Amino acid sequence: MPAVSKGDGMRGLAVFISDIRNCKSKEAEIKRINKELANIRSKFKGDKALDGYSKKKYVCKLLFIFLLGHDIDFGHMEAVNLLSSNKYTEKQIGYLFISVLVNSNSELIRLINNAIKNDLSSRNPTFMCLALHCIANVGSREMAEAFAGEIPRILVAGDTMDSVKQSAALCLLRLYKTSPDLVLMGEWTSRVVHLLNDQHMGVVTAAISLITCLSQKNPDEFKTCVSLAVSRLSRIVSSASTDLQDYTYYFVPAPWLSCKLLRLLQCYPPPEDGAVKGRLVECLETILNKAQEPPKSKKVQHSNAKNAILFEAISLIIHYDSEPNLLVRACNQLGQFLQHRETNLRYLALESMCTLASSEFSHEAVKTHIETVINALKTERDVSVRQRAADLLYAMCDRSNAKQIVAEMLSYLETADYSIREEMVLKVAILAEKYAVDYSWYVDTILNLIRIAGDYVSEEVWYRVIQIVINRDDVQGYAAKTVFEALQAPACHENMVKVGGYILGEFGNLIAGDPRSSPLVQFNLLHSKFHLCSVPTRALLLSAYIKFINLFPETKSTIQEVLRSDSQIRNSDVELQQRAVEYLKLSSIASTDVLATVLEEMPPFPERESSILAKLKKKKGPGAVSVNELEEGKREGGELNGGGERGGDSSAISTPSPSADLLGLRAGPPVTAAAPSAGSLLVDVFSEAGVNDDVPFLAVPACLSASHTLLSLALRFVCKNNGVLFENQLLQIGIKSEYRQNLGRMYLFYGNKTSVQFVTFTTTLNVQAKPVEPLIEGGAQVQQVINIECLTDFSDAPLLNIKFRYGGALQNLTLKLPVTINKFFQPTEMASHDFFQRWKQLSLPQQEAQKIFKANHAMDTEVLKAKLLGLGMALLENVDPNPENFVCAGVIQTKAQQVGSLLRLEPNAQAQMYRLTVRSSKDTVSKRLCELLAEQF
Amino acid sequence: VLSLTVQPRCKIIRFILIQNRAGKTRLAKWYMQFDDDEKQKLIEEVHAVVTVRDAKHTNFVEFRNFKIIYRRYAGLYFCICVDVTDNNLAYLEAIHNFVEVLNEYFHNVCELDLVFNFYKVYTVVDEMFLAGEIRETSQTKVLKQLLMLQSLE
Repeated sequence: MPAVSKGDGMRGLAVFISDIRNCKSKEAEIKRINKELANIRSKFKGDKALDGYSKKKYVCKLLFIFLLGHDIDFGHMEAVNLLSSNKYTEKQIGYLFISVLVNSNSELIRLINNAIKNDLSSRNPTFMCLALHCIANVGSREMAEAFAGEIPRILVAGDTMDSVKQSAALCLLRLYKTSPDLVLMGEWTSRVVHLLNDQHMGVVTAAISLITCLSQKNPDEFKTCVSLAVSRLSRIVSSASTDLQDYTYYFVPAPWLSCKLLRLLQCYPPPEDGAVKGRLVECLETILNKAQEPPKSKKVQHSNAKNAILFEAISLIIHYDSEPNLLVRACNQLGQFLQHRETNLRYLALESMCTLASSEFSHEAVKTHIETVINALKTERDVSVRQRAADLLYAMCDRSNAKQIVAEMLSYLETADYSIREEMVLKVAILAEKYAVDYSWYVDTILNLIRIAGDYVSEEVWYRVIQIVINRDDVQGYAAKTVFEALQAPACHENMVKVGGYILGEFGNLIAGDPRSSPLVQFNLLHSKFHLCSVPTRALLLSAYIKFINLFPETKSTIQEVLRSDSQIRNSDVELQQRAVEYLKLSSIASTDVLATVLEEMPPFPERESSILAKLKKKKGPGAVSVNELEEGKREGGELNGGGERGGDSSAISTPSPSADLLGLRAGPPVTAAAPSAGSLLVDVFSEAGVNDDVPFLAVPACLSASHTLLSLALRFVCKNNGVLFENQLLQIGIKSEYRQNLGRMYLFYGNKTSVQFVTFTTTLNVQAKPVEPLIEGGAQVQQVINIECLTDFSDAPLLNIKFRYGGALQNLTLKLPVTINKFFQPTEMASHDFFQRWKQLSLPQQEAQKIFKANHAMDTEVLKAKLLGLGMALLENVDPNPENFVCAGVIQTKAQQVGSLLRLEPNAQAQMYRLTVRSSKDTVSKRLCELLAEQF
Repeated sequence: VLSLTVQPRCKIIRFILIQNRAGKTRLAKWYMQFDDDEKQKLIEEVHAVVTVRDAKHTNFVEFRNFKIIYRRYAGLYFCICVDVTDNNLAYLEAIHNFVEVLNEYFHNVCELDLVFNFYKVYTVVDEMFLAGEIRETSQTKVLKQLLMLQSLE
């Protein structure tokens, strides 16, 4: 193979680069560059037309100068000229210059589109690839506009060269990312999916990235890719190590393609087709088996490639979370890696096990590795590995091992890296609280935490311990005793003084019987710390002192003396001075009764979300960033799992209670202008109560992937307002709604059925929406409120698009909101005479809609009545001469008008048929009501 | 605050960097739009993060909300920035595969080859990685294509 000599082909460039390298100083370099720039400028401006070679050379020099970090303000035209050269080397430099510099000069793009167009249609694969690479590298919207239509054609054309297909697939991917609206796959979808079958493995490797991205957006349209991916994977996995020739890497057949296939499968639930599923399980088993075989090479490349596939397969197994056998095998395999000599593998095993810990099937298997993980925490050299070990301990913690894990974490804290201490403290505090069986253990743990890592104990942590002690009277005496002992230490952390001051101020009386901790001893102990503390702590201590006066009248004179001293009563700090003055006065003039009332024991705190948990979420979770940046949910599965016991975690978000003032419509912002796409329904979603009314609405473009739409479900809600709107293995969506006249309010409850967080949780209405809480803890539920105003009659319900990440996989789902026209009915009572008079008035043919249909359910009179009442109309008794028939009347309230409607339902029990007739003053309403109701009986 | 995210959410390589120990950039390939200041900042941060690590450390470093997969070859660090959930080992070996291609193409590649032939290195990258994705993994196919291009005028 010919070696490439230095700067071959362009001597002038090589000389220039050498000159630059020989410059002794920055100044010399700048001087040399300026000289060169002047030279190039004169060449470009000169009278003599430059030949292609010189142009290429100078453009390349300019590029080099730019890459050194200098601005380039000319030469763009010459680069563009190179694009129309017939010589590859000249074209290549032209394209390269544009790809690298285009950020700084987007004007260029318009100039080059013509050249790109020519190259794309040149039928010269080399030129086509250059053009495609340029589009892929720049990926601007202008380019998408110009080429998004052409590239799919190139991609699927029968006569396109393989290398061009590869580039076209990825080029399209790039355009799709920049401008998804411009890349319309439609008719190409099936042919693109079938690229998974392409003979050329490189084409498959490139195309699969495109398919993965597209199927995340439109899972239904691309779902045939699942079986194709499984059979492709199966062929690779079962091939011998040399079968795939060019695509075998260190005896591993097609490792990157295998990983990409496994990743594509993670966009979908387990295959429903039994044969496909069986084949896939076989593949996964083979991959696990291969991990046990002796290596075919000692090279690290071999084991890395093999393990890359293994880890991806384990990710898929975790994603499915439905094959206990595979989950446990995966766990055992990772267990072996925990002791591997390669740091990389130990790290990855810890990381991967963290997600396994949250699966009910493998949680126990993960726990068996506790000793190894503890050892890793103690001995690993790389802090990031220790961090993973700590994460895993946190994830595998449950009631059975909490004491051990918390103890290990505490002892690790003594030497832990500063960078992870704060997070460790939070984790210990959470575990201690979550798994506290006896609260004395909890108190001990938190006080230890303060002792060991006081600087890293945030306010949230010590507030929390106080909240808990105050709320649990069985631990108060113990807490008082323990803080008292902890304060004996000659040097104790200020946070300890805070906790001690607070707890003794409240519960010092519980230990005052012991002469070793008599009131005066307690006071002296606290006061001995006073002068070393900061102002906020001193303020807290002053409050503790006045509480002492109430608890122990015998300390009154001592404490008054302290308060009266100049250093208190004339303290330069206003807060301290004020407290001293006021407390002194209070203790002097108030009667014992008044004092006892003012200084009564703190009432229990309302139960609410642990502020510590909130803090850890903020530190680690995506909740800390804005909804748009949520992509980076870090180690989704591993963090904060096991929320099952803490189902109330998210309930701290203050939402309006559905029972109280369900129709408190005044709370909603005024709804006025309708979005053009909104049809006649104006829906306004606000995430939570307490949202400022002046926060602008976020206009969301219609996002109607009809693909994954569950439309029929909404029909269940025609005759009822509450219930479960949707449910699958992961998510349950409950609904509660109430309507009055033309207004309505709907509460959606999103329940996470798993033990793993959903992150980047977003909902989009095809009308107007505000975001919902972007994160749902395992086992928790969040609520969204939707205010609805009916402007005029309608037949299409608004669509709600829900997206979130669960264990890394994007879930996408579109639901029709069960808002139907009948929700806006006002029942109208009327006598038989009136009914038939109105019935006759509505006699225009288009005002009537009629349907005859078979009964879907038992023809039970009571059930029918209940359904008709649920419909919202008045059910009129003794109106129809035939007692078997039902008649109803109501007025639909819209903002634009009122639509009176009458209904008659005639059951025929013998034939198991119904005849339904609806008459209303508006034809569309009659028609729609008839359609809706025909499905209900 | 730099946001390293793209819409819609498909995972891609954010950038590929080749740096020497002194922090000089030998290749920077960006798969997202960054302005020049951001690029410079990222280059410096990556250098600071990677050079302090030794052979006992993993080849992976958390980096902002992403991670860097890197490997050191003599005085050069090859770094790829990917999503935290991406496959570490697959990218680690993608780096090695790329290095083996460079080594074959430049006959025992050294840092100077990358300096003098910077414009060819871009071609090699585009053959193997495109739009932030792995495009071609077969060394034979890539080298065949590169030699074909080399023979063109």
